[in-house]
Amino acid sequence: MVNWKRPLAATATAAIMALSGLALPPVANAAETIKVGVLHSLSGTMAISETTLKDVMLMLIEEQNKAGGLLGKKLEPVVVDPASNWPLFAEKARELISKEKVDVTFGCWTSVSRKSVLPVFEELNGLLFYPVQYEGEESSRNVFYTGAAPNQQAIPAVEYLMSEDGGAAKRWVLLGTDYVYPRTTNKILRAFLTSKGVAESDIMEEYTPFGHSDWQTIVASVKRFAAEGKKTAVVSTINGDANVPFYKELANQGIKAEDIPVVAFSVGEEELAGIDTAPLVGHLAAWNYFMSVETPENEGFIEKWQAFIKSDKRVTNDPMEAHVIGFKMWVQAVQQAGTTDIDAVRQAMYGQEVKNLTGGVAVMNTNHHLSKPVLIGEIQDDGQIETVWQTDGLVVGDAWSDFIPESAKLTANWTYPWVCGNCTKPKYLPIN
Amino acid sequence: MSRRRPTARRCLGPIVLLLALCFSPLTVHADEPLETLVQALAAKGFKAKTKAVEALAASGDAAAAPVLEALLAGKLHYVKKGRRVVRIEKRDGAKAMFDPLAGTDLGPAKRKTKKITINNKLRRTIRGALGALTLLSPSPTVRRDAARAVFRSPRADSLPLLEKALAKELDDAVAHEMRRAIAALRLTAGEDLDVRLAGAHALADFPDPQVRDLLARIANDAATPAALKAASEEGLAALNRRLELLSLIQNLFQGISLGSVLLLAAIGLAITFGVMGVINMAHGEMVMLGAYTTFVVQQLFREHLPAWDAYSLAVAIPAAFLVGGLFGIAIERGIIRWLYGRPLETLLATWGLSLILQQLVRTLFGPTNREVANPEWMSGALEITGGLAFTWNRIWIIVFALAVILALTALMRWTRFGLDMRAVTQNRRMAGAVGIRSGMVDALTFGLGSGIAGMAGVALSQIDNVSPNLGQGYIIDSFLVVVFGGVGNLWGTLVGALSLGIANKFLEPWAGAVLAKILILVAVILFIQKRPRGLFALKGRAVEN
Repeated sequence: MVNWKRPLAATATAAIMALSGLALPPVANAAETIKVGVLHSLSGTMAISETTLKDVMLMLIEEQNKAGGLLGKKLEPVVVDPASNWPLFAEKARELISKEKVDVTFGCWTSVSRKSVLPVFEELNGLLFYPVQYEGEESSRNVFYTGAAPNQQAIPAVEYLMSEDGGAAKRWVLLGTDYVYPRTTNKILRAFLTSKGVAESDIMEEYTPFGHSDWQTIVASVKRFAAEGKKTAVVSTINGDANVPFYKELANQGIKAEDIPVVAFSVGEEELAGIDTAPLVGHLAAWNYFMSVETPENEGFIEKWQAFIKSDKRVTNDPMEAHVIGFKMWVQAVQQAGTTDIDAVRQAMYGQEVKNLTGGVAVMNTNHHLSKPVLIGEIQDDGQIETVWQTDGLVVGDAWSDFIPESAKLTANWTYPWVCGNCTKPKYLPIN
Repeated sequence: MSRRRPTARRCLGPIVLLLALCFSPLTVHADEPLETLVQALAAKGFKAKTKAVEALAASGDAAAAPVLEALLAGKLHYVKKGRRVVRIEKRDGAKAMFDPLAGTDLGPAKRKTKKITINNKLRRTIRGALGALTLLSPSPTVRRDAARAVFRSPRADSLPLLEKALAKELDDAVAHEMRRAIAALRLTAGEDLDVRLAGAHALADFPDPQVRDLLARIANDAATPAALKAASEEGLAALNRRLELLSLIQNLFQGISLGSVLLLAAIGLAITFGVMGVINMAHGEMVMLGAYTTFVVQQLFREHLPAWDAYSLAVAIPAAFLVGGLFGIAIERGIIRWLYGRPLETLLATWGLSLILQQLVRTLFGPTNREVANPEWMSGALEITGGLAFTWNRIWIIVFALAVILALTALMRWTRFGLDMRAVTQNRRMAGAVGIRSGMVDALTFGLGSGIAGMAGVALSQIDNVSPNLGQGYIIDSFLVVVFGGVGNLWGTLVGALSLGIANKFLEPWAGAVLAKILILVAVILFIQKRPRGLFALKGRAVEN
């Protein structure tokens, strides 16, 4: 990695930079490698989720290099640490694109970090792959969304709970942490529930601050709300680890999943790894991927991951699969375009197909969202999530929800004649 | 997989017979031997599995209960080849197969097996079925759980069983549960209106949310006869009054509980900030270190003394005190003593220190949360009456918080160290003049405050996430409590914490969690404007300086 002919001071500087995690030292000549930016928090509150994604990217890049690289060049990861600090995300994104001249960036977790880097990617014409389920209502020319849109997670989950198998819920509690993702998702869900004939009085909406740990009052009020003679279900958009005290309180107050099921959109295998899941058995999660799915692709991936991270205890989760799909699609698109030029790669991305780890084939659509299968699973006492229901085929990711009147009118389509992320009519008139 | 009567099979000719034969391993009849019924659990699809569970329940054979328990616990698998149903248990780290009914050892699981998955709806059916099968168990707790399960998923054929069990029951608490289940069964599945009415009236004596739910369901149902509807509504009105009162008591308990958590987080700060006047932004990290100590201690117990696992917390408390205390002394000697009298520099230095400690823990233990399990005696709830239950973890934390503050008060008032400490904080030079080594006392006082923060970490590990960010969530609240209660006054901290906790919990139901927190913050700011020294201001020379 280090050029020993360089003066000692320069080598030391490079080593210090590498150690401090600010940036990997530039290797050899920039023209000989294709640079891949990795923009995930390695410190701060979000490090819990994002560090794993950084490791997945390093694994994928290493694997691609072993297979001969791309366009005859080696891939070079450029890892930066935005430290769970939203403005820093924008700074680091600028650094990646302008200074490091990366050809593509994989990164971000929270919606607020994505919103923070969005103007930078649009201004400098960068390319970002965003791997996490999110609230939708967005389609940027410079971002490919490989996580689930609300219609690929929230809506199917609610439909499942409404169904006979899911317990035929009639009354709904929408619980969330107070920020953009839960508020927008719940707005969509409320509109969806109303369209299904659920009365306003049968919906309870509650928000809590970040890192809320005292769930006594809320769980007690959910219990009261559920005692009105109608099957009640809880839809939780509670952020990350605030879920743990929430589930503990549910269990301690004696609420079982059979009585009041909770479906969560931010709880995956990685989050469950930190808790005793015995009291959670039966509560639900909705994702596009579960580690427990038995397919040859998934088994191979888990094996590779555990070998790479050197621990057979580490789990895999949905955003990791999203990065796998996103990275493979980008590699295919670069091969197809014969260049890493952003505009050429973007055009080559549309219609790109990659096998899902859970079976079937994911397709990139012209609204920059994927078509993926949706799985609903129940949490088991070993921290895994077992599929209890899944969609028949692929669900097309919808950038603009059909259930919010003002966004139902909008179209996202980055091909001719639309060429736009939020339009009511095409940019170009059709040629007759 | 529908039930087919043998006679029907004969009438419908050879094709149906062939079909029936194809499905025969999976078709279920209550009168078939138990082995066949158990084998039917390997069916595909939740509907078929539900049928199989119901057939097992209908057999009324208590031997089926362990099978259903294994299914509920996710231990029932089937061998992929031949679909034989087996129970899988861990033995010496490897998986071993057992016959689910006879329990005979079938050797290590070498062949590929697949877990028989269940969903919530099926889980409910299984619990109901298990309840019916275990109503006559010798253990009162099993009988009580059985009665509860039957209440939750009522099956009409359980009624005679329940009545028989009740007639034999000697334990009052279990009999109470059984009467509730009988009333519910009469209401929902009674043969005529009189039986159902009697059920509705009987239920009004059981004030809990589940009964309320059941009565509301009957009252809302359009098919309910008018007389029954009236009876249910009457029962509902009575229940509502009772439940409202209970919820008020519940709320008060929750307020005290939140107050005790705030108190624990703030006591340490009441010493370092309140008594010594050091603005210690790394206080939260001492709490976090205490929580990680709990994790390490629990991990050691699991590896070396698994039998004593439940008591690891008792060891974790002094261990966390030591870890927090030693860190505290090191911080005081290394950093803070150079900064006395310069609050701004202290604030910046300790804040930087807090970031360093967080990253240190993140590097050592990894960024992901660590699991600290709740021991058995801290899980679940203490049921006072139906509809009023206090969770055990909260009860223990209240007890612990009070014990800590009492012990600390005693230490301050009646020990030599407490006397030295008070002397140094009141008049450093005079204390020095009478021979107290003030530097030493400073270090120990800071160590004491940090050690108590470490002990708070043990308690918080039981209700919150053990992550590097644990402390950050409590630092603001801790300062709020100390300032509100009156700087330098332990009783002020106690009263401050409890009143903030209770106020928060009474605001939360109508203002929401976010707004409640904001309102409390605004109220404290206004209060400080009016009384800058908090609830219980210290008087005397020390304050004037």
